[in-house]
Amino acid sequence: MGVGIEVKGLNAWYGKHLALKDIDMSVRPNHVTAVIGPSGCGKSTFVRCLNRMHETIPDASADGDVKIGEIEVYGDGTDPVEVRRKIGMVFQKPNPFPTMSIYDNVAAGLRLNGMRNRKQMDELVERSLKLSALWEEVKETLHKKSGASLSGGQQQRLCIARALAVEPDVLLMDEPASALDPISTSKIEELIFQLKQHYTVVIVTHNMQQAARVAEFTGFFLMGSLIEYDKTEKIFTTPADKRTEDYITGRFG
Amino acid sequence: MPEPTRYRSATLNLWRKFANVGATAFAVGSVILVLVPLLAVFVYLLIKGIGSVNWAFLTQTPKPVGESGGGMANAIVGSGLILLIASGIGIPLGIGCGIYLAEFGRNRFGDFVRFTADVLNGVPSIVIGIVAYSIVVVQQKHFSAYSGGLALAIMMVPTVARATEEMLLMVPNSIREAALGLGIPKWRATISITLRSASAGVITGCMLAFARVAGETAPLLFTAFGNQYWNLNPNQPTAALPLQIFVYAISPFDEWHRQAWAGALILIVMIVVAVAAVRIVTSRGMLKGAS
Repeated sequence: MGVGIEVKGLNAWYGKHLALKDIDMSVRPNHVTAVIGPSGCGKSTFVRCLNRMHETIPDASADGDVKIGEIEVYGDGTDPVEVRRKIGMVFQKPNPFPTMSIYDNVAAGLRLNGMRNRKQMDELVERSLKLSALWEEVKETLHKKSGASLSGGQQQRLCIARALAVEPDVLLMDEPASALDPISTSKIEELIFQLKQHYTVVIVTHNMQQAARVAEFTGFFLMGSLIEYDKTEKIFTTPADKRTEDYITGRFG
Repeated sequence: MPEPTRYRSATLNLWRKFANVGATAFAVGSVILVLVPLLAVFVYLLIKGIGSVNWAFLTQTPKPVGESGGGMANAIVGSGLILLIASGIGIPLGIGCGIYLAEFGRNRFGDFVRFTADVLNGVPSIVIGIVAYSIVVVQQKHFSAYSGGLALAIMMVPTVARATEEMLLMVPNSIREAALGLGIPKWRATISITLRSASAGVITGCMLAFARVAGETAPLLFTAFGNQYWNLNPNQPTAALPLQIFVYAISPFDEWHRQAWAGALILIVMIVVAVAAVRIVTSRGMLKGAS
């Protein structure tokens, strides 16, 4: 089941450059929350801070109070590897492991975290591929084909299955459909709608229609600050802040 | 629809055709230039050596001076033994070093290691032999396959390390991020995901290093030393094909000259077979559409 996310006073830096300024945000469990904003506003940085992927970039750092379920993400003695195991991530460009079969791609997170039980692994792989709506398309070629041989849209759904296989509580998606064609995009969006039954989903998108279609809540970021955060409907119809309105109506960004 | 205007189309087309033919000719010419010496060496070896390659050559040890017949079986096996030791030390060490350089070595110390590796690559092989001689042979007070293997291993490390580094750097960062995002520890992700994604290139680098040291004579002169008899104990002086070829080639006997040609032929065939075998074994696990 999904868990809620509580963010208080989150700051993030690239070297000396402050990229996220004092973010407060509360994400509801089992809902889809969209993060929108113009390029460079810090929306990707924000989600990468949630599972401590931000600090894997040289010179990047972050601090603040982030609580995901029971995990104090930036607490003393919290192991970032442990955090990432609980919080799945899907990236902008599909990035299947090129030398692995479809099955091995989905099983990678399980196997490399020490799972040896073959039967349990088979079940989890099948469940994950079904959840990501890819099972029917690949069940015949699980072990024969490389993950890289699939189409772009299929690759992205494979990456979603790979993230789901380790049974996270939260799924972060960083512009998951921006490299895909409209049909693949609609498949991914449909999938996101299904996934919220089991997971809390945070999705970064630069496509406002997409945010309106999939998310119940939307946060608008600008220049590293969270300008407005509310129900999606509210953001897109009667935004409280002038800057949000300007962005929504396409006056900049 | 009006026809689009074609500016100077005739001369432009002619120039393009000319450039195309020229570039193709240059590429084909380069290939020929590279292949001709290679084939020439191989064919010459085949002509000179094939006559002396027979069952006795492959199964017997050298005969004393004056007796005809005999073979290089002990040197063939000895070369295999020394190369096994060299690869066993040099390849893991080189790959480890390459992983460090690519994944953790973006700093001053990494630059220093990189520079050292490049210098080591250019050190004359006989100097490497002296190093192995002074740290193993002088201590043990006898020659051995171990010391020969060590000398060759030292020569393999920089080649393997730099090849591994280059290949790892070609793995897109998104692959590393995907692995870390799954909650896989960095060391595990590096070995099981990044290195695995680069495995084809890393193996090529290892094979290059292997083929290069397989023909080395100088580092073995005062380490493995050579041996006229059978020896399978890696702690004893051991025969090696390049050494045997060297000794026979500078001897005054025609019979030995012929055997040296045969030995050189066998050495090349051994390298080709070893490299091809590794390629076949490692490509067996490849999947459809894997890149």
